[in-house]
Formats: sequence, structure tokens, C-alpha cells
Amino acid sequence: MQAIAFICAVLVIAPLVLVFYHLTRLGFSSINWAFFTQLPKAVGETGGGMGNAIVGTFVLLAEAAVIGVPIGVLGGVFLAEYASSSGISWWIRFGADILNGVPSIVWGLVVYALVVMPMHGASAIAGGVVLGLMMVPMVMRATEEVLHLVPGGYREAALALGISKWKTILQIVVRTALRGIVTGVLLALARVAGETAPLLFTAFGNTHWARNLSQPISALPLQIFDYANSPYDDWHRQAWAGALVLLLLVLFINISVRVLTRERWRTKS
Amino acid sequence: MNAAEATVTKAVPGMKRAIPRVSRFGDRAFQWLTLIMAFSIFVLIVLIGFELFYGARPALEKFGWRFLVSSTWDPVNDVFGALPYIYGTVVTSAIALLIAVPLSISTAIFLTELAPLWLRQPLVIFIELLAAIPSVILGFWGFYVMVPWLHDHIYPVLRSGLGFLPFFRGSDNGPCILSAGIILSIMIIPIITSVSREILRSVPGLQREAAYALGATRWEVTRIAVLSYAKRGLFGAVILGLGRALGETMAVTMLIGNAPYVGTSVFAAGQTLASVIANEFTEATDNLYSSALFEIGLVLLGVTLVVNALARLLLLTFAGPSVKPQQ
Amino acid sequence: MNTAQVLPAAVAPHQTMEHKPTNAALAVRNLSVFFGANEVLKRVSLDIAPNAVTAIIGPSGCGKSTFLRSLNRMHELNPDARMTGEIRLFGDDIYASTVEPVIVRRRVGMVFQKSNPFPTMTISENVTVGLRLNGVRNRKVLAERTEQSLRMAALWDEVKDRLQAPAISLSGGQQQRLCIARALAVQPEVLLMDEPASALDPLATSKIEDLILELKKNYTIVIVTHNMQQAARSSDFTAFFYLGELVEFGATPKIFTSPSQKRTEDYVTGRFG
Repeated sequence: MQAIAFICAVLVIAPLVLVFYHLTRLGFSSINWAFFTQLPKAVGETGGGMGNAIVGTFVLLAEAAVIGVPIGVLGGVFLAEYASSSGISWWIRFGADILNGVPSIVWGLVVYALVVMPMHGASAIAGGVVLGLMMVPMVMRATEEVLHLVPGGYREAALALGISKWKTILQIVVRTALRGIVTGVLLALARVAGETAPLLFTAFGNTHWARNLSQPISALPLQIFDYANSPYDDWHRQAWAGALVLLLLVLFINISVRVLTRERWRTKS
Repeated sequence: MNAAEATVTKAVPGMKRAIPRVSRFGDRAFQWLTLIMAFSIFVLIVLIGFELFYGARPALEKFGWRFLVSSTWDPVNDVFGALPYIYGTVVTSAIALLIAVPLSISTAIFLTELAPLWLRQPLVIFIELLAAIPSVILGFWGFYVMVPWLHDHIYPVLRSGLGFLPFFRGSDNGPCILSAGIILSIMIIPIITSVSREILRSVPGLQREAAYALGATRWEVTRIAVLSYAKRGLFGAVILGLGRALGETMAVTMLIGNAPYVGTSVFAAGQTLASVIANEFTEATDNLYSSALFEIGLVLLGVTLVVNALARLLLLTFAGPSVKPQQ
Repeated sequence: MNTAQVLPAAVAPHQTMEHKPTNAALAVRNLSVFFGANEVLKRVSLDIAPNAVTAIIGPSGCGKSTFLRSLNRMHELNPDARMTGEIRLFGDDIYASTVEPVIVRRRVGMVFQKSNPFPTMTISENVTVGLRLNGVRNRKVLAERTEQSLRMAALWDEVKDRLQAPAISLSGGQQQRLCIARALAVQPEVLLMDEPASALDPLATSKIEDLILELKKNYTIVIVTHNMQQAARSSDFTAFFYLGELVEFGATPKIFTSPSQKRTEDYVTGRFG
């Protein structure tokens, strides 16, 4: 029985190891300066890079943060500091959980109707909006949980000093919980960084640099998908490289977050 | 010194002095601001429902309930039926569960009951990193590495060994329903494992001790005291995994073969609700076509919501709010 | 700073209720506090004398913490809380409708049982937080007030060379004195202390008790304690609460040696509690 369980555990981690292995073997050699800075070459030509996709991913993440962080963090503040014992907070939490379960392609459809159609075309704005909206329930729940961990004694001490409630929340409670909030935001960013489906018809992809936010924009996952579906070996090679870069980015954020939170426990004791 | 400082540095003789008005305004404004931000959740839910219904309206009006049971998908003649996609979604999710559930629960048992302590945390980290792999990367790797290997080494074996079953008949090109099911199982293993782990950990030690006291072996303790107590919670974990599988798009799209199919063979190319949207939406030329795809999105949303709600209900009734499904 | 001067009673134009002028720092009249339907304090009346230490004693659940918190409106943090009665701070009604709790709390400070210096701030930042978050920016004032408060809390000599160190790097007893300094920095008139030494070792406890005796020269102190010897040692007046009622109130020597109520006598001699 023990042996079976052990084998299962091995089978479970095998995909991670295999994926990492293959990505490295097939993609590592293609990562060079040109890869990061150049645009894709014309169809069929070899060479070029994914510079625009990499930049595009960061642009979209920045937009997503602008939308997701304020709404998510302030909403989490409301849940933890103003409504924690009331019925309405149960409904909001329930709603956030519902939103977290909405398939990402459905988000893409919704923002298509909401932003792409009025704008008569795909754009970086639409891509940023869909990723940002997806982040809102994630960041809100994470923020609420972290704020609940701040001991009530700090709030009491601040109020007893005659500090008003909103300043207590912002300057004392949120400040104490800041590392945890940042963690939640980073994890949400890592989640949306890897999303392809919602970008398929919002950001849409672009073989050139997007000159402004109202043009379609490329992103790493989109480019990987396009190249993977193509018949060209050179594009496949670059897709491996792109996949490796994306995977490293996502894993890097996840691992840094672990390191950050572990340090926090050490200093607290 | 400004007025604020003056009031604080001297003994304040009267009550009506200092900054009451400002602090009251600040408090009110901030409370309203955070409340509006929190209520955006409801706004988003309504928005999603509204946009999907509005986008699907032409198709809803034209096809009604037949949409769910018809298997004709003919963009040229503007006739749409979602049955093949519902079928593909159901079958790939069923395959994924069949593979993932035994693996996940065994791994969860291993982690909570059997693994040496030094191994537990690294293993947990590995599983969480597996969950973090973007879907498109798994699809890409699946298409170029896993599927050719399956096609060359595993599928022929299945075909010859289990070919008497209708599921394993017919030839495959690599990408097929079974391939999509397998990659889906890889994607849902992390969530089923981690939630199951939480469930198993929350089983009170008393249950185990009572079983040991009765002379049970380690495995009997696990089976009787832990698993049967945790049944409902584990079922909830499985349903949660199902919810995740239903909505999965990219990896499935890349591995399923992209052809509408209703039949018994898992080696056939198929299509799911999510993958048909991903494949065809950008080419949906006319209003009815894209409206049909919106309706598919509506069906997908409905199914996912119901399944997720069921999962959460099971988890809540088992362990109360202490078990939080993390993703 | 001498807060013992009798301040003119600030009577707002619409406040026509009359009160008997008294020298008390805090005059409590018929105070009842309800949490929901639960009457936690029942018609308590007493006068807290200025520049003296008043101890509040009683068994668990007798309402002494609730009483303390009603003196700076901290019980209002509980959404089900309701009160009737009147409390006047040097003549000013602290529950008047025009009064913000924030203002009351700047005049009536509080130190808690578990020391809670803000973990993301340094020692000096902790001391000045009450001033800074209420608009005081002048660096000179802040620095002066930091030294002044830390001296009053008998902590200056121990930390003067490391004011920028994190506050949580101090020992338990030092952290509690830091919290006292933090409360003193906003220059309250009354300092409330809720079992301030119960989490500390005997050495740190005696430092706190010495500190209290020093502080009463300039402040009015109300201290809740379950340690009767501490009450007997450190306070001038003692109030004995039981099941939400004020059973007896008087000069400390009298309460401990010849109380007039049997319940008081039973409690201070340890027959129950």
C-alpha cells in the first residue's frame, strides 16, 4: 500500500519534471539577445524573435495591475475591516468565488462584447481589461485573508491613540499586512500572465510592436499558441524558447512569493 | 506650528476643537470607496450574465432548447447545435477524473499519512508549481512530446489489449479525445490533491487513535477511520477538480483534434465547449454564428457554475469554512 | 505639563443639562452598558480623582474591562454596544452628540494588557505615531516629544542610542513601556491601563508599578488589575466590581483593611474570585 502511494506521488510530479526538461532541451538554445529584442520575421523566414510578445505581456500585466490591484485591495479592505461580521460580506465572498470559477474563455467573450465591439477592434486595452477583471476576485479574497491575520490589538491601539478609522486601516493595518497583500497580487499576476484564452479575441496578437494601447498587442502565451499551430519548424523552435521564458517567469514569481512569506514568519517570532 | 499641531500639543480645553470634521469626512469617504470596490463583484457577475445573454440572443431565439441536443454544426447554412461539444466536454472531463482521482487521492494519502516528514514540503511545493504551469505550455508540450509518445507506444497497446471495448476502437492521429483527457488529468491533479490533503488533515486525530486502539493496521486505519470520515469532503475535492476541467481551454484545444464528434471511440478527434469557442470565434463571420458561440459560452458558464457551487456546498458541509479551496 | 488645573467646562449652546461641578477627572453617573440584550454594567456612579491612581478590581466577568473601555468610548468598537448614563471628563460630557470618539481618545489614552507596538515601525516612529497621523509634522516637536515621552515611561536611557531600531526588537517589558510612551506622546489627561503588567515577569512588573507612581504626578491613572497585591501597592483609590455592579469604592487602605461590604471583604481576603 505504501508502495502504491509512493508511485502515485512520483507519477504526479513527473509531468512537471518532464515539461521543464523538454522546454529546456528544445528551447534553451534559442534564447539569445535577438530573441528578446527582435520582431517575428515574415512567414517562412528564419530568425527574428519574440521581443514584441515579451513586451506585450508586460504591458498587459501592467494594465491588469492598474485595474485589479485598487479594486481588489480596497474591496478586500471593505470585507475585512468594515463588513466582516455582516451578512453582505458572505455574499460578496460567495460572488468572488463564483467569479474565480468562471472559465477564462468566457471572460474573453464578455470583454469582447464589452470593449472590443464598441472599439471596433481588438486592442491592448481590451487585453488589459480582461486580465485585470480576472484579477479582481483573486486579489480581493487574498487581501481579505491577509488582513484577517493582523491581530486586533494593533487596531485597538491605534484607535485608542485617537487616530481615525480610515487612517488606522491604511497606515497601520494595511501597512502591517503589506507583504501579504503584495504576495497575493504577485500570485494573481502570475496566474493571468499565463492566460491565453481570454486574449484570443481581446488582445488578438500582433506581429509588430503595438504603437499605442488601442492597437492589438502580442503576448507570450498568444505567440506561443500561434507558433505552435503553424507548420514552420523555425517558429516551433521559437515557441519552445517562448514557452521556456514564460514558464520561468511564472515559476520565478511563485517561488519568490514562497521565499517572501517564509521570511515573514521568521521575523515575526 | 499649524492648527492641527497646536491642538495636540496643548491641553485641549474644549471638545469642539481640532479636526473632527475632517476625520469624519475621511472615515465616511473611505468607507464608501471600499464598499463600492467590494460591490464591483456583483457588478461583474451581472455584467457577465448580461453580455452572454445579449450576445447569445439571436441564437437563443432561433434554436431554443434544440441547441443542446442537435449535433448539426453548419456555419455555412447557419444551423447550429451544441451536442458534440457537450459530449466532448463530458467525455474529456470523465477521462480526466478517472485518471486524476485515484492518483490525487493516493498522493494526498501519501502526503498526510505515509510520507517521511522531510519529503512532504518539497512534494507539496512541486505539486503547487505543477498547478502554476500555464495551459498553453502544457498544450504545446503535450502536442509535440506527450501525444507522439502516446500514439507510438500506448495507444496501440490499448487498441490491441482493450479493443473489445467500444471505447478503444478506431485509429487515431495523435490528438484525440483521449489525449485531451490525459492532459486535463495532469491539470486537475494539483487541485484535487491539495484540497484532499486539507480534508485529510482536518480529520480529527481521535478517529485515527480509536482505530489504532482497536488493533487496526496502518492501512486499515487510513481506510476506515480517515477515508470514510472524509468521504464527503473528498467528493467535494473531486467535484472541484471537475469544475476546473470543464472550463479548461488551451491545452484541450491543442490536443483534442478539433472536429465535432459524438460516438464511442476515445481515439476520435473531438471538440469541447471551450475549444470550439477558442477555435472558431475569430472566424465567426456572421451574427448568428458568433451568437451561437456566445450561447455555447452561456452553456459552459452555467455548467461550470453549477458544478463549482456543488463542490463548495460539499466542502462546506464537511469541514466548515476552515477548508478553503485555494484556486 | 500640569493637567490638574480645573478646566472651564465647555458647554455647547444646545447643551442645557446641568451637572454638579466637581473636581473629578472623570465623573461617572449612572453608567449602564449593554451588549445586545446583555446588561454588562449596571448603573455605576463614581468619581475618578485627578492626579491619583484608581484601581478597578473584581473577579473575571465583573465588567471591569468594559468599565475601563467606556471611559474612552472604546467599547463602541463592539457593534452591539449601547450605553446609558453620563461620563464627564473634567466637566465635558464625552458622550455628547457633537463629540467625536476620536477626540475623546486623544484626551483619554489607553495601554493594553498585551503590549502591541506596531511591528513595521521603529521605536521613535511608534512613539510619535499618534502625533504624526493627526497632522503634526514639525520634526523638532516630534523629536522633543519622543524624548519627553520615553523619559516619562522610564525607557529613554535604555533606547536613546537605538531609536531607529524596530520596535519589536525590544523585550516584553520594554515594549510595554514603549506603548506607555506612545500613549503619553499625545498628551492625554487621563491614562487608562488594562492589566498592563499581567503578561510581564516580576522584574518588569515592578518597573511598571514604579512608573505608575511617577506618572500620577502629572496624569490621572485608572488601572484594571486582577492582582490584588498590585492594587494595594500602587493605587490611591480602589473600586470593587462584581457582576456588573460597583459594590464598593473608596480609599485603597480602607478597602483592603476594613471594607464596608461583605462581598468586598470576601474578595480581598481571597475567599472567592
